[in-house]
Amino acid sequence: MSFAGARLLHISLCVLAGSLVLCGQALCQSAPPDTPPSPATDLVVKDTPDDDGGSVTLSWSLSADDKGGAKDVLSYEIRRSKSPDGPFTTIKKVLKGTSSTTDEKKVENNVDYYYQVVTKDASSETPSAVAGPVRAHVQWFNLGRLNTLLITILYTALLLYFISRAKKGEKLFVRRIAGLDALDEAVGCAPEMGKPALYVPGISTISDVATIASVNILSGVARTVADYDTRLIVPNFDPIVMTVAQEVVREGYMAAGKPEAYREEDVFYVTSSQFPFVAAVDGIMVRERPATNLFIGMFFAESLILAETGASTGAIQIAGTDAIAQLPFFIAACDYTLIGEELYAASAYLSRAPLLLGSLKGQDWMKMFLIGCIFIGLVTLNVGFAGFKSLFDLPLTIFR
Amino acid sequence: MTGLELFWTWVAAFLTLSIYSFLYKDNVFYKIAEHLVVGVSVGYIFTINWFQGLHPYLFHPLAKSGQEPINLLRLIPFFLGLLFLLRISRKYNWLSRFTIALVMGISCGVSIPYTIEARLIEQTKASMIDFTQQPSIWAGICSAIILVGTIATLVFFFFSKEHKGVLGGTARVGIVFIMVGFGASFGYTVMARVSLLIGRLNFLINDWAKGTYHFIFG
Repeated sequence: MSFAGARLLHISLCVLAGSLVLCGQALCQSAPPDTPPSPATDLVVKDTPDDDGGSVTLSWSLSADDKGGAKDVLSYEIRRSKSPDGPFTTIKKVLKGTSSTTDEKKVENNVDYYYQVVTKDASSETPSAVAGPVRAHVQWFNLGRLNTLLITILYTALLLYFISRAKKGEKLFVRRIAGLDALDEAVGCAPEMGKPALYVPGISTISDVATIASVNILSGVARTVADYDTRLIVPNFDPIVMTVAQEVVREGYMAAGKPEAYREEDVFYVTSSQFPFVAAVDGIMVRERPATNLFIGMFFAESLILAETGASTGAIQIAGTDAIAQLPFFIAACDYTLIGEELYAASAYLSRAPLLLGSLKGQDWMKMFLIGCIFIGLVTLNVGFAGFKSLFDLPLTIFR
Repeated sequence: MTGLELFWTWVAAFLTLSIYSFLYKDNVFYKIAEHLVVGVSVGYIFTINWFQGLHPYLFHPLAKSGQEPINLLRLIPFFLGLLFLLRISRKYNWLSRFTIALVMGISCGVSIPYTIEARLIEQTKASMIDFTQQPSIWAGICSAIILVGTIATLVFFFFSKEHKGVLGGTARVGIVFIMVGFGASFGYTVMARVSLLIGRLNFLINDWAKGTYHFIFG
């Protein structure tokens, strides 16, 4: 090797060695030792209150690195074990900023569990101190709904009290309800015109309060119709409502002393699909031309179509519903409309039966009680005492 | 659009126009559409009830009742359901009343607590307004209007006294609030119905008319 060649090789080796040293220093500067995030603290675990067991509620204080800390926390991992020493298995993950959750993943009742909340960032994690033991229990009484129970008891007591007064023969006053005064007159038109009456009990199920009220009114209507020897057509949306309607109409005819006039085929099921039902009832209205149309119960978007078609046939129409969005359409297209609670009052008003009149009185007293509560709540809240209002919290928390 | 898609678009357009023909008067096209839609909907609902009710919750678990004896409890609702069918018997139709009574009882029991919570407790609580915490005078005035409306409307639905004097005046304020509310609701819902009409017209113009034109003339 010549001198120049040896010199060149020496320079190359020096450059290579220098490069390696610089690279090493650079690597050391870009990867400092990893620092895990601060742990979640104050972990508290307890049986979820007011439930049927199988659930544990966890709450903790957020890591110091959550929300703008030096190490941005990404999530918290909930780990569970039946022993404080582990092994812990991951139950669920919650996002940063979350400081409470419930564990409902196959939690056995009356078994000790221990929990850990693991704070995680992009590259590392820090477990909290272990909390526990905690046991899930079945609670027999839901204290969170105690106010619901008390109001239900009060309401029931008021109803029973006024029903007993009505049964003893006390005359209970009920104010005039225009739509119901017209009901007899409207049903009475049908025989004069030699046409049937149509009764649509809404398009909801029997569990709907409006449907139950409608069935009560149907009972009175059936009796009146039977008295007038008129045909009553009752198309139904729900098969169970149809069954109830058949019973009610049959009893109405029997109460009027004309069981032979009852035609079961006039109380029939159409379909449980909204607009096909409307199409069918519209067809009945234009072909049978009932003298009276009664739309009483729960209605939805079909209300205007039904009422408009009925109006176009020249029938007297009475509607009644507690569906607030549909009432404007009935008011616009029907002769009389029972608004909201008038629907519930209707059966008492029509029959004057002590049981129903007593319940109507009870409802009125309940309204007075609620107006009184609103006034007390207003006064106490505006003088700085929120305790009274908190009695109406759902769920009720003052006992926790 | 393929030929088959065009065919079904024509069927849908025909049925849409048949239903709309009712606006003129009852006619044979409306009757065809009406009977078709009622029949199809009943068949559809029966299928849904079978696949989402009877099969997964009754027949399938009963088929496994050898492995899980508790599934035999499902025979109770099955039996109650059968009682419903006895309505077709003149002699034994009274037995269906047991099922009706059970369904009515359960329905009332389930719905009463939720109705009390949603319609009494929540609304009473919402009416207890803290006027010292209102963000502005205008917000306070709005809250006061809502409060007066709530109480006046409650008074309107008071049936035990004749609506005369103070009670009558308050009830009249209540019915004004109710009608204002209905007016707003009417306008809002009419706009929603107009949007439904627009949707149908959009189908007739773009899917049916334009689709047919493009299919024929490319």
